[in-house]
Amino acid sequence: MKKTVLFGALTIAGLAAGAAAAGTLDDVKARGKLNCGVTTGLVGFAAPDANGEWHGFDVAVCRAVAAAVLGDQNAIEFVPTTGKTRFTALASGEVDMLARNTTWTFSRDVDLKFEFVGVNYYDGQGFMVPKSLGVSSAKELDGATVCIQTGTTTELNLADFFRSNNISYEPVPIETNAEAQQQYLAGACDVYTTDASGLAATRATFENPGDHVILPEIISKEPLGPLVRHGDPEWGDLVRWTLNALISAEELGITSANIDELKKGTNNPEINRILGTEGKLGEMLGLDADWAYRAIKANGNYGEIFAKNIGENTPVGLARGLNAQWKEGGLLYSPPFR
Amino acid sequence: MSDKAYVRTEMLEPRDPPPSSVGPIHWIRENLFATWFDAILTILSAAAIIGLLIEVVPWLLSPTWGGTSLDNCRKILAAANHDGGACWGVISERWLQMLFGFYPAELYWRPIAAFVLLGVALAPVLFSDKVPGKLLYFTAAYPFFFPWLLWGGTIWGPLAAAAGFFIGYGVYVVASRMVGNLTGVIAGILAAIIWWLVLSGYAVDALAGIAPIGIEPVESRKFGGFMLSITIGVVAIGASLPLGIVLALGRQSDLMIVKYLSVWFIEFIRGVPLITLLFVASTLLNIFMPPGTDFDIILRVLIMVTLFASAYMAEVIRGGLAALPKGQYEAADALGLDYWKAQRLVIMPQALKISIPGIVSTFIGVFKDTTLVSIIGLLDPLGLSNAIRADSAWNGIVWELYGFIALIFFVFTFSMSRYSMYLERKLHTGHR
Repeated sequence: MKKTVLFGALTIAGLAAGAAAAGTLDDVKARGKLNCGVTTGLVGFAAPDANGEWHGFDVAVCRAVAAAVLGDQNAIEFVPTTGKTRFTALASGEVDMLARNTTWTFSRDVDLKFEFVGVNYYDGQGFMVPKSLGVSSAKELDGATVCIQTGTTTELNLADFFRSNNISYEPVPIETNAEAQQQYLAGACDVYTTDASGLAATRATFENPGDHVILPEIISKEPLGPLVRHGDPEWGDLVRWTLNALISAEELGITSANIDELKKGTNNPEINRILGTEGKLGEMLGLDADWAYRAIKANGNYGEIFAKNIGENTPVGLARGLNAQWKEGGLLYSPPFR
Repeated sequence: MSDKAYVRTEMLEPRDPPPSSVGPIHWIRENLFATWFDAILTILSAAAIIGLLIEVVPWLLSPTWGGTSLDNCRKILAAANHDGGACWGVISERWLQMLFGFYPAELYWRPIAAFVLLGVALAPVLFSDKVPGKLLYFTAAYPFFFPWLLWGGTIWGPLAAAAGFFIGYGVYVVASRMVGNLTGVIAGILAAIIWWLVLSGYAVDALAGIAPIGIEPVESRKFGGFMLSITIGVVAIGASLPLGIVLALGRQSDLMIVKYLSVWFIEFIRGVPLITLLFVASTLLNIFMPPGTDFDIILRVLIMVTLFASAYMAEVIRGGLAALPKGQYEAADALGLDYWKAQRLVIMPQALKISIPGIVSTFIGVFKDTTLVSIIGLLDPLGLSNAIRADSAWNGIVWELYGFIALIFFVFTFSMSRYSMYLERKLHTGHR
């Protein structure tokens, strides 16, 4: 009983201290560096190159925020986090934001007290099978052996899918994606299931990618997005609207190539508001007028970032699909800059 | 008499033994084909080894050192008509990263110097008969110099840390004269702790303001690869031996509090897996400390790994102490040696000698356990191999990276084990 009281008191003290230290924007400015949590490595989303520079789709979000706040997309400390350490790193203040392909779920948003500021990639769980298996739909996989990463939501989704379709499967538990590739190629399982983006990246590394097909069924919703802590809405707004600026920039045709041209002023008031030539949007965020200009200029708009890191011309080779702009049949829909 | 025809008059020259009982042929007959069962086993083993080599050697000798990506490697292999070779391009592109992590390239000399000087500092300890004893002063100073080389920053930090020991000792000498030995020890320890935790920070700031001598600081986040493994390994190994000795003695002590503290510590740490301690270091401590406290992640890991290793070390040394005949303790007492003199001159040299294999096993285990830090997001060699695979050029490469890591780990652990055998031979005084 006494112990419980003690721990309770400690927790409250911790929370109070956390609340007192609110003002992430000021902290970041004072530090001169953004601490951004990324994965320890995921193809196309975040990986260090031979010089130790981080690149990737998630990394670009961090860089855009750093460019908006600090004016330098390299003023970042990348903190590699694993699936197990990511949430404590954010909750404890070790990182200012997490851009680490994390699925937006109810419990993470509400119970873990985080704020998902948006979605930068709509993913979903899919299946990959060898062509020789002659399967064209996941519903034909009755009795198949399935390589599945343990302890992830994919494991639960898989169980749900097979149960609701009244077919059976035999799981082959594996720990990492690299292990899964080896097992799948060695024929230890008929099917490999994980997020569709991961499947595409994995298939691209095979010696004969054409021998394997990704089945059309997507059995789960995995909206991946950057997140921040509860308790500092201003900082959340800033990260949210930086992401929205990247998305809107694509919609409005602002690219890293023509941004300097457009910065001189256009007939489109929304472009002008984003780029700070009209209105006071930057001021409302506690930044200067050029914040979005810098964010977009850093690595280009959403479409450019997508094409450069995971698009169809990269080894990962993902189509836009759900991640196209709403005008092109996708789900990307940024609220207006007004 | 001597003209009898059957008596030999001169000695025969000794003849060479028959070819079947000397040389390689004899050795082969004796060791490989002594019986038909041995012969079958020999042939089977040879077939297995040759089969393995036929598979592995062409894979190893693949002409892909210039490959720029997995695809590129495959093209090179196809062009060279080389079936199923390794893709060594990943090693030639990333080996520096595997060794140094993200340490700034222009400062690579610092970790290199740190580890070379580490060898110098260890020499008087490891090879005491071949190296001048004066080097021991360098060894004593090195624990303060080593972190400074790696992390950089102002020179006053390590100097202030070293000063803590002198302050503690000074207070101990003064206090033990005035109020007695035990109080002196306690006062000395307290003074050192107060200096380290409270005063040294101000002193370092003041001195750095007056005389800003230092080298470029490098953040812990930039540490990675084998440099990180070796740093953690060396610190844990270096600190766990003295801590382990103290704990082992504490466990056998007659002082109740000391004894139960030691027992409790050893049993608690041994009862908890290292990975749990690492999670405590990386996540729990973060939550308990006020936000904004910057308690270096590598320092936290170093402390945890050291505590873990010292608990095991304590039990290994306790084994050595227990193996020592009671007569040795009694003999030391009979000579009139006090407790510390008896430990230093009689007990420890023998107990440590007995424990060498166990101690070295613990060292090797700790060194290999450093790879566990990849679970908490530090990029040690294994963590880096994952990060390298996340580069779309190298996604799908497994064996080459793990092979490289295994090779380097083997070099280190094998030399440790050879050294321990050398040490055992050297210390083998023959009364056992």
